[in-house]
Amino acid sequence: MEDVKLTKLASCAGCGAKVGAGMLSRLLKGLPVRKDERLLVGYDKSDDAAVYQIDENTAMICTLDFFPPIADDPELFGQIAAANALSDVYAMGGEPKVALNIMTVTKEMSRETIHGILRGGYEKVFEAGAVIAGGHTIEDTEPKYGLSVTGFCHPSRILTNSAAKPGDILILTKPLGIGILTTAAKADLIGQDVKDRIFAQMTTLNKRARDIMTLYPVHSCTDVTGFSLLGHSYEMAGGSGAAIHILTDQIRYHEEALEMASMGMVPAGAYRNRDYVEGHLTKKKEIPLALEDILFDPQTSGGLLIAVPEKEGEALYRQLSDDMPGVSLAGYVSEGEGLILE
Amino acid sequence: MIDARGRSCPEPVIMIREAMKTKEEAYEMLVDSRVCVENVTRYASHEGYHVTVTERQDDFLLNIKK
Repeated sequence: MEDVKLTKLASCAGCGAKVGAGMLSRLLKGLPVRKDERLLVGYDKSDDAAVYQIDENTAMICTLDFFPPIADDPELFGQIAAANALSDVYAMGGEPKVALNIMTVTKEMSRETIHGILRGGYEKVFEAGAVIAGGHTIEDTEPKYGLSVTGFCHPSRILTNSAAKPGDILILTKPLGIGILTTAAKADLIGQDVKDRIFAQMTTLNKRARDIMTLYPVHSCTDVTGFSLLGHSYEMAGGSGAAIHILTDQIRYHEEALEMASMGMVPAGAYRNRDYVEGHLTKKKEIPLALEDILFDPQTSGGLLIAVPEKEGEALYRQLSDDMPGVSLAGYVSEGEGLILE
Repeated sequence: MIDARGRSCPEPVIMIREAMKTKEEAYEMLVDSRVCVENVTRYASHEGYHVTVTERQDDFLLNIKK
C-alpha cells in the first residue's frame, strides 16, 4: 500500500501544533501543586523540563515533546521530532541518557512508514549518546511522534529560563523562519534547496551548542520552539525579573521567510504568539510586518537562546559562530520588565 | 465569490493566488478564521490589492480591490 503524504494527515505541523502559552497557563491554573524540595524546576516558571535532585552531585532532567508530521519523509519526521524532544535537556544544560517513544498511528500508515519514523528517532537518540528503552504507541486519527527524555546534570550547573541578569547578552544559535517556511512548503512555494536547508537545520541536535555553552559562565538558557523568539524571550524576561531587548537588525533568519511572510504564509501559532506577547512589547522603532512575523514564528527544533555576561559572551558568540551557521547576537538584558524591540 | 470557509492556512492563500492569475480588478472571498483574514490580507497587499474586512456572524467577508 502506498502511503498518503504524512503532512496531509496532520492539521498543523510541528511545534505550530502547540497550545498557545496564554491558553496553557489558563489550563494549568488552579491545579494542586505538591511541594517537594528536591524538585528544583517545576512548571511554575514555564521551563523546558522538570528537574529533580537525586543527590548532591546529580540532578535528573525529565521532558516530553511530540507533534504531528512536519515532513513527508518518515525518517526525516522521526529525526526532527527526536532532535526537538532532546533539545529540552540541552536547554537545561544537561546530557540526555534515556528516551522513550511516544507515538500515535493512523490506519492509513504502512508498517514501513511507522518503521521509518522510529528509525529516524533512534538515529538521533543514538547520536545524542542516549538509549531508547521502549515507549507507547496508540491508534489515532492523526500521526504523532516524539520522545520522553531523561537526562542528567550537576545540580549547580542547571540552566533555567529564569535566571538572566542585567548586563547579559543574548545569543540565539539557529536562524528563524522555520514555521513560515514549512507553511510555504505545504503551499509548494519554496524549492527543494530551501526545504533541504530547513530540514537539515531541524535535524541538527543542540548538543554542540550545549557542549560549547557549558564551557562559559552562562546564566540562563531556553530553546526557541513553539512560542517563537519573542514568546520564549518574554518568558525569560518575566521569570528573571528583567527586561529583554531584542536587536531586530541582528536576528538571523532564512531570507526566504521574509517574502513568504509577506505572502501570507504565516502559521496560526505565530498569531497566537503575537496575541500572548504583544501587550508587553515596546517598539523603539518601526519594524516591517514580515520581520515581526518572523520574530513571532513558531520554530520546530529551534536553537538555544543563551543569556551570558557580556564580558564572556563575545567569546562564546565567536566560538558558536565558528562551529555552526546562522548564530545571532540577538539582544541583551537590562533592569526593568517586558520586551523591547530595537 | 471565493468560498474558503472550513479551509485552514495556507489553503485560502493558495485559492486567492490561483484566482488572481486572471488579474481581475476586484475579488470577494469568505473565510472563517482571523488567521486566514490576516494571511489573505498579507498576500493581497503583496500583489498590490487593498482589503476591506467585514466581520459577520460566523465568517469574514473580504473585499479585495486594486
